[in-house]
Amino acid sequence: MSQHDRGGIGRRSTLAAGAALGAAAIAGFPMIARGQARQPIKIGMPTILSGRVAQLGVSSRNAVMMEVERFNAAGGLDGRPIEVIVRDSRGVPAEAARIAREMITSDRVDLIFDAEASAGGFAVHEVVRETGTLTLHLNSETSSLTADPRQRFWNAFRVARQGIHDSIAGGAYAAEIVKARNLTRWMTVSPDYAYGRDTTAEFVEYLKAFAPNVQVIGETWPRLFQPDYTENVTRLTQGRPQAIYSCLWAGDLVTFVEQASLYGLFNQSQFFGVNLADYTTLQQIKALPRGMHSGNRYLKTFPAVPGNLAFAEEYNRRYQTFPTNWAWQSATAVSLLVEALRKVGGTDPRQLAAALKGMTIDSPFGADGKVTMRAEDQTLVGYAIGWGTTISADPFVENMTKADWATILRHEQDWKRSKGWA
Amino acid sequence: MDLGELSSCLGSASCLVTQVSAGLTIGLLLFLVASGLTLIFGVLGLVNFAHGTLYMLGSYFALTAYGATGSFLAAMAAGAFGVAIVGLLMERFLLSRIYGSDVLMQLLVCYAIILIVDDLVKIIWGGDFLKMDLPDAFRQPPVIIAGGIIPYYYLILFGITATIAVALAYGMGRTRFGRTVRAAAVNPGMVGALGINTAAIFAAVFGIGSLLAGLAGALSAPIRSVVPGAGVSILIESFIVTVIGGMGSISGALIAALLIGFTRSFGSIGFPLFTEGMMFLMMALVLLLKPSGLAGKSQA
Repeated sequence: MSQHDRGGIGRRSTLAAGAALGAAAIAGFPMIARGQARQPIKIGMPTILSGRVAQLGVSSRNAVMMEVERFNAAGGLDGRPIEVIVRDSRGVPAEAARIAREMITSDRVDLIFDAEASAGGFAVHEVVRETGTLTLHLNSETSSLTADPRQRFWNAFRVARQGIHDSIAGGAYAAEIVKARNLTRWMTVSPDYAYGRDTTAEFVEYLKAFAPNVQVIGETWPRLFQPDYTENVTRLTQGRPQAIYSCLWAGDLVTFVEQASLYGLFNQSQFFGVNLADYTTLQQIKALPRGMHSGNRYLKTFPAVPGNLAFAEEYNRRYQTFPTNWAWQSATAVSLLVEALRKVGGTDPRQLAAALKGMTIDSPFGADGKVTMRAEDQTLVGYAIGWGTTISADPFVENMTKADWATILRHEQDWKRSKGWA
Repeated sequence: MDLGELSSCLGSASCLVTQVSAGLTIGLLLFLVASGLTLIFGVLGLVNFAHGTLYMLGSYFALTAYGATGSFLAAMAAGAFGVAIVGLLMERFLLSRIYGSDVLMQLLVCYAIILIVDDLVKIIWGGDFLKMDLPDAFRQPPVIIAGGIIPYYYLILFGITATIAVALAYGMGRTRFGRTVRAAAVNPGMVGALGINTAAIFAAVFGIGSLLAGLAGALSAPIRSVVPGAGVSILIESFIVTVIGGMGSISGALIAALLIGFTRSFGSIGFPLFTEGMMFLMMALVLLLKPSGLAGKSQA
């Protein structure tokens, strides 16, 4: 007994502790619960903030911040603001995966906004497949990321345009030009990695489907971030094609266009560049040749709706530059997430994923004022796709032709069947 | 492989003109960088892994000077002489301390320089790619010779780089300075005993090598992206040139650089998927058959 009295847990102390616990339960726990309710909703965002693609990564971050600040200023989710943790992967896939894992395990983020290009996007995809973290891929356009059922799992969504959609739209547009001008001899120049190879093959497939008399007489594959395109340009000049397709992008496309202009390539051949119409590219090319054909990456004038122009002006006011393709996609990701958060009323990942599936929201970037997170493969559809021709000054692209989504969806389904994915 | 296409190109005057001029331009620009690298190795015994960084700095200096003055000449001077000064500072304060050290130590110091300079570039100029405007005077229609296309600016590049190649060969072969440098490379102790300041000679050689790399960066700034880390790919090609040509041989560097230039220009037609591989294959063959390089002297 003396031993018991001296240091052990006695009846009185047990009763006192029980009473204190009861008091805390009555008075304190609601406070704690309220505190938890006001804890920020944490989003981890690995992206590329340095190197040749930095402008796109920065624009992705800018757009997310702009939309998140609006959400927070409006009171957040019942007082819970969104907090975004952004880290630079430098475009290195292994680093993107490491950062994503660190955000999930150390920073304990509620969800991931993967704002990497395709290579990094696939690396992050594997991390979140394992951890089960709700993830929105903001910028990865490689079709297989969501089209291939083996890549699909409940917690990953793509809020970005998709290579196959652009290829079908581009093929249909180019085929009309082919018929009008009899452009049958084609060559391609695209970056030598998964995105470049896949997107070019898909474009050619649909170009030939819509214009069967087209022949691809040669192709050249510069490596990603190649400093000098002289050898590729001379290959194209020697082939003397009537038309050239390219899915080069950002700094690579700028350098290619500058060097090709020195060779007078665009006087000899019609150029179809799916990634040309992005302000980071258009504004960097000092003497933008007139009449190049381009898909819309992001243009403030397409879709020509007040909401799109307002987005561009607000972005420009804040950051003294114009949005990019990555910017509209990132803004759309925030819009979809906010809608899902409001619908669910919390951050339960399973409930949020269920809410996102099949969700349609009003959007200034939609072909018809809306975009949809398609339920069957958890990817964005209905966004505005168009092609036009370049002019040397703002708005840089004119005569935009809007792609028909019924055509895109029909051919996409056939393409999936041919791959054994549908 | 498309050897049919390649043979039809070799039989066509227009194709030959286009591809030869492209190969010459690629090769001579590469020679400017590789000649500095090989010169520094030949005289100082230093494998300067940071040489690509000097090329990158040349582009940034030229871009900034052109933005400030609008003068192409000022841009070229800023690229060449600005980098020469940076090179001299690097040599005096860092690299001169590791002459004679093993390659691992040289690699460590040079790699540290690469990382520090890359970060400084990001702080000063930002991480995005930049472009230097091509002066309007050079934005002329391409020159057509026998149906082949040569961009106007490439003719200027060819003129400048070819002049420098000749001047370098003459300077190293026929002048008193060149003879002293070659003597210092073989026996610096004896040269010092003759009352010649070998430390100054070494610094001058490093300065010249840096100047050439800076000028190459400046000349390529109007046609290539200017971006942190841009020195890496040119460094790899420069090492290939140095190995093929023979470490320390200027004439070997010229031959090897032109070989790489032509491999790139004609390879894009004949073996477009194996252009890079072909360069490394050539290097491997040279290492196997003549380890001292095409123009290098065999070790006794």
